[in-house]
Amino acid sequence: MVKTPDIDTVWQWLDQVPDPEIPVISLVDLGIVRDVAYQGDRVRITLSPTYSGCPATRVIEEDVRTAMRDHGIDQVIINQQISPPWTTDWMSDKGKAKLKDYGIAPPSAKGQPEACPICGAGAVSLVSQFGSTPCKAHWRCEECRESFDYFKCI
Amino acid sequence: MGDHLFEFLLRQGDNTLILSHRISEWCGHAPIIEEDIALANIALDLLGQTQMWLGLAAEVEGAGRSADDLAMLRDAWDFRNSILVERPNGDFGQTMMRQFLFDAYHVELLNRLVSSADERIAAIAAKSLKEVEYHVERSASIVIALGDGSEESHARMQAALDDQWTFAGELFETDAGDHALNDAGIAPLPSELRAGFNARATAVLGDATLIIPETTFAHSGGRSGKRHSEHLGHLLTQMQWLQRAYPGATW
Repeated sequence: MVKTPDIDTVWQWLDQVPDPEIPVISLVDLGIVRDVAYQGDRVRITLSPTYSGCPATRVIEEDVRTAMRDHGIDQVIINQQISPPWTTDWMSDKGKAKLKDYGIAPPSAKGQPEACPICGAGAVSLVSQFGSTPCKAHWRCEECRESFDYFKCI
Repeated sequence: MGDHLFEFLLRQGDNTLILSHRISEWCGHAPIIEEDIALANIALDLLGQTQMWLGLAAEVEGAGRSADDLAMLRDAWDFRNSILVERPNGDFGQTMMRQFLFDAYHVELLNRLVSSADERIAAIAAKSLKEVEYHVERSASIVIALGDGSEESHARMQAALDDQWTFAGELFETDAGDHALNDAGIAPLPSELRAGFNARATAVLGDATLIIPETTFAHSGGRSGKRHSEHLGHLLTQMQWLQRAYPGATW
């Protein structure tokens, strides 16, 4: 019989599960873990999808189950909750800093990248409103001329 | 009310499903890679929205069917999408004009559905709206760039508008079921969305230096299921072939 973990411990475990498409940040950093609770003796984890058609949604569920199993928890209930809809405001500051270090401009209330995540210059221009995944747009730095992903603010 | 609600949910899910399939046909064929990726991403958003709408339709129907069953095992006469979204892609300009006309309608609709008395519908609408606001921003900017572009791109966009304008009218068609849902506070009358659509279309198409056709004729028959165009069956043949050839296949 495995000892029942407390809720904070489960949150810490989830904070070690990487996002499958942007592995430098965790599911908790991304802000998609809405709730962790016990339902009877089973752990219930509530997730919110980033974009409704995000193909990572199912992979994320599997990754969460695998992580819990690695910690000895076999019985996990996963709920998907669409309301209120996920917003980039739920992304942690730690997550935003990691995105930037990885070369992805974090979401900004300005509606565009604050600066080039590679050289830090402020002069940037839009290449395309969509990037390599639904959650990102494609921008270019006018100083270092590198193109980069910008995590869209929604 | 149950039948009206089911019909309404099919109309939402079939519009997003069929348009998603149509624009996914551009994957690997768009004029430049950025547009290829953008179209695939928009198709993905619409497919995700389809899962929510048809998932709720299946739940409301209560006949043991799933969203996948509804998408893959109905034939053309059971689809409730407007004819606009089943029409072939044509050139890139025609695809973007159709996208703009649909997006401009879609954003008006979702803006009203977020306050639906049915909280399941309100939740799907709120989730979808964030994506669709982005879609309309993009399709409008491309319609303006191409309409107010070269002589060639302008002529093609005007031809696309002339060709598709009469298919947009069906989006605002209103029947007894719409009135029943409106009376219950569940959904707006489609006809009420026309003014907002017209305002946006007039502004964007004006900036695109395009002229809106004067006709008020509207093709009809898709959202009632009575008379789809000849194109829907061909689309379904491609979209559904796997489930038809290998019933129940999963991966």
